[in-house]
Amino acid sequence: MIKLDSKVPAGPIAEKWTNHKFNMKLVNPANKRKYDVIVVGTGLAGASAAATLGELGYKVQAFTYHDSSRRAHSIGAQGGINAAKNYQNDGDSVFRLFYDTIKGGDFRSREANTYRLAEVSTNIIDQCVAQGVPFAREYGGTLANRSFGGAQVSRTFYARGETGQQLLLGAYSSLNRQIKLGNVQMFHRREMLDVVIVDGKAKGITVRNLLTGEIESYAAQAVILATGGYMNVYFLSTNAMLCNATAAWRAHKRGALFANPCFTQIHPTCLPVHGEGQSKLVLMSESLRNDGRVWVSKKVNDHRPPNEIPEDERDYYLERRYPSFGNLAPRDVSSRSAKYVCDEGRGVNGGRAVYLDLSDAIKRLGANVIKEKYGNLFDMYQNIMDEDPYKVPMKIYPAPHYAMGGLWVDYNLMSNIPGLFVAGEANFSDHGANRLGASALMQGLADGYFIIPYTIGNYFGSEKPTKADVNGSEFQESKQQVKEITNKLLSINGKQTVDEIHKKLGHLLIDKVGMSRDEAGLKKVISDIAELRDEFWHDVKVVGKGEELNQTLEKAGRVADFLELGELMAVDALNRDESCGSHFREEHQTPDGEAVRNDKDFAYVAAWEFEKVGKWNLHKENLEFEFVELATRSYK
Amino acid sequence: MTNTNINLTLNIWRQESADAKGDFEQFKVTVSSDASILEMLDELNNKLEKEGKIPIAFESDCREGICGTCGLVVNGHPHGPLPKIATCQLHMRNFKDGETLFIEPFRATAFKVIKDLIVDRSGFDKIQQAGGFVSFNTGSAPDANAIPIPKEIASLALDSAECIGCGACVAACKNSSAMLFVGAKVSQFALLPQGQPERYERVMNMVAAMDEAGFGSCTNTYACEAECPKGISVTNIARMNRDYFMAVIKK
Repeated sequence: MIKLDSKVPAGPIAEKWTNHKFNMKLVNPANKRKYDVIVVGTGLAGASAAATLGELGYKVQAFTYHDSSRRAHSIGAQGGINAAKNYQNDGDSVFRLFYDTIKGGDFRSREANTYRLAEVSTNIIDQCVAQGVPFAREYGGTLANRSFGGAQVSRTFYARGETGQQLLLGAYSSLNRQIKLGNVQMFHRREMLDVVIVDGKAKGITVRNLLTGEIESYAAQAVILATGGYMNVYFLSTNAMLCNATAAWRAHKRGALFANPCFTQIHPTCLPVHGEGQSKLVLMSESLRNDGRVWVSKKVNDHRPPNEIPEDERDYYLERRYPSFGNLAPRDVSSRSAKYVCDEGRGVNGGRAVYLDLSDAIKRLGANVIKEKYGNLFDMYQNIMDEDPYKVPMKIYPAPHYAMGGLWVDYNLMSNIPGLFVAGEANFSDHGANRLGASALMQGLADGYFIIPYTIGNYFGSEKPTKADVNGSEFQESKQQVKEITNKLLSINGKQTVDEIHKKLGHLLIDKVGMSRDEAGLKKVISDIAELRDEFWHDVKVVGKGEELNQTLEKAGRVADFLELGELMAVDALNRDESCGSHFREEHQTPDGEAVRNDKDFAYVAAWEFEKVGKWNLHKENLEFEFVELATRSYK
Repeated sequence: MTNTNINLTLNIWRQESADAKGDFEQFKVTVSSDASILEMLDELNNKLEKEGKIPIAFESDCREGICGTCGLVVNGHPHGPLPKIATCQLHMRNFKDGETLFIEPFRATAFKVIKDLIVDRSGFDKIQQAGGFVSFNTGSAPDANAIPIPKEIASLALDSAECIGCGACVAACKNSSAMLFVGAKVSQFALLPQGQPERYERVMNMVAAMDEAGFGSCTNTYACEAECPKGISVTNIARMNRDYFMAVIKK
């Protein structure tokens, strides 16, 4: 029987992490080199963890499926990174960032983790500046800030619309330094397909060499998964093409609990869908909502061009419904509002898009200032949409973006499998039911630079430095299992391509487990996904061989896992009979359409244990709020 | 967005492995003008898979022009004929009905073809490992506002740091030189106070790694800047040359 222990240290919230750091076991410098750590994924969380562990003296093996660590999708983050520096003197503090984050997450995150995130946020900015990350500056040479959704202070640091790129390149540079020094061994073009458990502890991984197709084993005393989120389960999302859940999902099938899978963020400011051939959705940074006003026509099915719709016939629905936060209402609220107005037929040309209009800001500040702030975003818009956003308001619509759910971890970011740590978007820990803008970069780097490097030492403190034998039976069994999946996929030779089935899954999920959910829809989609999974295993066509570079085979393995994860998302959404954050159940809303939480019955983390495909057991970690009062989230 | 369909003839480079001999294979396709060139290849690949044929191997990831994974030579231009975009941002509305396209991998001695349109760009990582960093350990950084940096300097450093590491500069250069790529990283650090302590050692190490990885030298044709999807300026090469010269004198 699994017993969930969050291992949150006792004491006042502001002292927990400091005390914990003091109480944790240390590994002396001479002994650190006896410990091997495997880091899977080298985006923000993985690269920062690998680099920092290398600096500390551990022997690190880092893995990525990319040709270079610099390609990880952390690079796509545009708008910025939050930190409670209070450089703007506008009343920010660690406690305020903590409170905003926990409120933004609709009180479904673990208080102590969220506080720690806010606490280390200030170190992250120092760290990145020292790396040479060229953040935006004021004329006096100090760092500039902007504001983001769900906050009333300016605490977001940024580098034009390319903050993720610059932070990732910073982490990548630290990682490169450790590779040069010989502390980190880097493995490119390897996809993790299994975690190897020896005597109940994570001791290694099984990977596929994507160039040769060879199945390889690697051993270590601990494994860190920093493998990102699972939003490509929806087929169309803002995630990069290769983003997938396979590493996390295979760990789940080896016993790691999957927490809150139904908490999926649909980002409000993305470009609308253009057609069936579309491969992904493009995000327009939320920072645009600082200066942009979101509106639709007051009329249904209005086909007039936006510039011909007079001011008094426009509905600035976010400003109307949420006067104090206005266009900066949190993501879940903004997305749902866009869905409602489009459901009413008031979207652009009666379709699924709303206007994001910067014309007031252009008039007020001048096109040059807007260009300086958002130039690359405007260029990107023009390139894709073939319209000039300086002249015509942008068209946007919500799109799947970020997974708050993920593998369950305790305060030390260790899963229920000893030695298996999970960092960044791959874990569930800090954002509750909704993540605020500019907090993903913060969490990835917090986990990698400042949390796991400490907590892994505590684990090693009571772990002998013996390394498992890669020829041992557990490794062989894992390799065998991976090969069997590969052979099965290649042998089906059905009629549908992997993409075709993936698209079907995406349609099912966005429709029934998207911005709003209800009991009947969820029940239906659970059986629909099970059917689709069956269809996949009987009718998919995967061409080529296993022992070669085979991108179709790679995709097939990922989609096979999505077909199981998708069902769990629906199971979790059905179980959570309340509305909170991104999880909006039609049955639970106020007369004016606001979410109604049920703290009495659902103030818990739903951590799912895999029994067999299509069958999970629920474990609950009760959320206790000692330092914040559970309040109805209001942005009015 | 207009959303009309156009018919194209595609000549796509097929090559089974690094050592195999490659050749163009011809395909006729009908594609939506709103699709990107990679979406067109997705669709073609789905069709090939359905027919039991091996799809065209090509790489892409973010499809927003920032990760640098995609990189095709389209009608002789790395990332296609339009300036300042990556291949993933090239939309089919830029081509005319009935047009013929040639799609090839980035070609350079230092970029071996792996399969079809995929090349090995690991030389870039080796150059970055040689010196593309500031040496300090996590936790030892001073407060972020301790060192004021003039706004225009931060902005210039970001102009250099925007490089996406795609390799178009190398593919565009007749000498397969990586000077724009290396110059951009050298410049970022040379402009900023954080980069000063290792400034001259860094440029020496990175240039040595660049030579070792098999990239050629620069003969000032500026093809790199013209084809760079981020518009990285050749000024970066001049900065690097100046620093390299200084480094040699100081040695």
